[in-house]
Amino acid sequence: MSINPAPGTASGPAIGHNQEPKMTARRVNVFYGQKQAIKDVSIDVSSDHVTAFIGPSGCGKSTFLRCLNRMNDTIDSARVEGTIALDGQDIYAPQMDVVQLRARVGMVFQKPNPFPKSIYENVAYGPRLHGLARSKADMDAIVESALRRAGLWDEVKDRLDESGTAMSGGQQQRLCIARAIAVDPEVILMDEPCSALDPIATARIEELIDELRGRYAIVIVTHNMQQAARVSQKTAFFHLGSLVEYDDTSTIFTNPRETRTKDYITGRYG
Amino acid sequence: MSTVLTAMADDAAAPAITERGPTDWASPEMQARIARRYRGERNFRRLGLLALVIAASFLAFLLFTIVRDGWSGFQRSEARLDVTFDAAVLGVDPAAVRAPGGAALLARADYPGLLLKAAEQLGPAEDTLSDAAWLELRDALLADPALLGTSATLWVPVRSSIDLLAKGKYDLTAPADSRGVSDEEVADWRRLAREGRLRTGFNTAFLLGADSTEPELAGIGGAALGSLFTLLITIAIAFPLGVLSAVWLEEFAPRGRLADIIELSINNLAAVPSIIFGLLGLAFFLNIAGLPRSSPLVGGITLALMIMPVIVIAARVAIKAVPPSIRDAALGIGASPIQVVFHHVLPLALPGIMTGTIIGVARALGETAPLLLIGMRAFVTDVPQGVAAPATVLPMQVFLWSDDVQRGFVEKTSAAILVLLVILVLMNSLAIYLRNRFERRW
Repeated sequence: MSINPAPGTASGPAIGHNQEPKMTARRVNVFYGQKQAIKDVSIDVSSDHVTAFIGPSGCGKSTFLRCLNRMNDTIDSARVEGTIALDGQDIYAPQMDVVQLRARVGMVFQKPNPFPKSIYENVAYGPRLHGLARSKADMDAIVESALRRAGLWDEVKDRLDESGTAMSGGQQQRLCIARAIAVDPEVILMDEPCSALDPIATARIEELIDELRGRYAIVIVTHNMQQAARVSQKTAFFHLGSLVEYDDTSTIFTNPRETRTKDYITGRYG
Repeated sequence: MSTVLTAMADDAAAPAITERGPTDWASPEMQARIARRYRGERNFRRLGLLALVIAASFLAFLLFTIVRDGWSGFQRSEARLDVTFDAAVLGVDPAAVRAPGGAALLARADYPGLLLKAAEQLGPAEDTLSDAAWLELRDALLADPALLGTSATLWVPVRSSIDLLAKGKYDLTAPADSRGVSDEEVADWRRLAREGRLRTGFNTAFLLGADSTEPELAGIGGAALGSLFTLLITIAIAFPLGVLSAVWLEEFAPRGRLADIIELSINNLAAVPSIIFGLLGLAFFLNIAGLPRSSPLVGGITLALMIMPVIVIAARVAIKAVPPSIRDAALGIGASPIQVVFHHVLPLALPGIMTGTIIGVARALGETAPLLLIGMRAFVTDVPQGVAAPATVLPMQVFLWSDDVQRGFVEKTSAAILVLLVILVLMNSLAIYLRNRFERRW
């Protein structure tokens, strides 16, 4: 596969960066059986800022996000064409270890989905899977730092053995973020992480995303355009499976190149 | 939908929306309608309650008759006998007995002869003792060899007819030829009772012993142990096979024609009459594989085949009920599919899987038909020593005794049913306890 950007592809040329992009996708097509869900998408994701995928329902933004850590593998009928690379390494290559890939590219889902285990066990599960802790003290330190980074430590430090499912929705989602960062990923994919949360919990998650920026490459799918404007530095607009426009968030929201983007931003459809 | 579309397409043909007046909720028709609806709901509730009462009374009647008939099966009548352990009658040399290895001599002594001699004290009622009462004499002497040459008072079992008379099972006001017991036996019983030689006590031999041709000696212990061995084999085979099949079908099987065929076959297999499995066991495990006939091993394998579909179906439902978001979460941080199954899906599905297993095992415990065909209706007078030894099972024992012509087996049959029910209740309680424990852990 080639990691050289292929500028000027049919839909949305990849935008160059001052540094090597963390993930690159080139001419990606995704099919569910006969139905094509993603059409010829090329995009670069950089690790120094937050990238938002926006677009109307069913435009394929979540599908594309799930291609980035091969979560689509679990769907029998899904088929991915094109190349997606992490640090220049094709993640769909046969020698790619999916388990390791998902440790490097973590994911936070739409609905908070903590394991029905204790808060501690939720965070410790990933590091234990990958053998990241050598001792109990090591593990305690990993759990604490992950919870601290997720802004949850002060709320839960006295009840680490309580069930993760007994917390509020916002806390559960931050626990899921803590669980994702406990394995020290390079990229965090967030699939509409706030759509099941109230405005206050949403604000906390958004703050958290801002704090995590720079440490991890973050890609967030959102329905909420204000949210995309608030948390992201790059925005990609998807429509009917195609990448319509990908640019700096400020450009997308103030001076979009495409009429379709403009119509969506201004609420003509969506 | 299509009519709406046509209507919108052709305005001229569209029926005008008819204006209705406000709904009059207080009108007599409306009131009658509401009253009818409430009446219907009330009647339906009553119908449900009635069904429940009928079902409960059936169950209560069943339990009542079984307990009434079976209670006395746990008791046994015994006669008091003063026995002199005379070395000459026993045909042993006291000096040889005291020497090393004398216990073996003692075990082979002539106890039936000793019993005959001791029974003389009963006078005309000397033939009221059970044929196997000499076993009590032997056990007493083997337990305490110092008794040799001395006298002791022992309680030995009496014949079944005397036992039943003592328990009041015969209607003595009926004519002699239709009441099932002779005048002689009644006279013997009266005599023993008058002399104070009879007592009725708890029948340990029934709980611990194996089958016998004599009702007063027959026990349920052998069949209970046979059932235990059989069920252990059944669970050991059916549980792992059933759960692994369900895991593969739910988590790994490619969707398609093959999966559909397998699913259909399993559902049909769950409905196959149990006797068919018995024929399979006979044809394959006995005739081709040459496994020991009448053994809990073959019975267990046969029953495992029978209940496996039940476990597969229950486990699939339980696995399907585990939310996909949990699988996503585990996959998303890099768990392998097998780790997802063993760390998350199975623990969450375990309560449901166990419910299915309880249902299956309870069915296996009560199953008789397939075991008939593999020879587990054998008359086994020993408590089984292992899974390859001949054995029978509890429902089979019930069937065998209910078929016996001797009057004494009537109460044994009901008593055996009680034992079966108690074991069933204990097993289910244990399973429910385990299920709740696993549920709380999460």
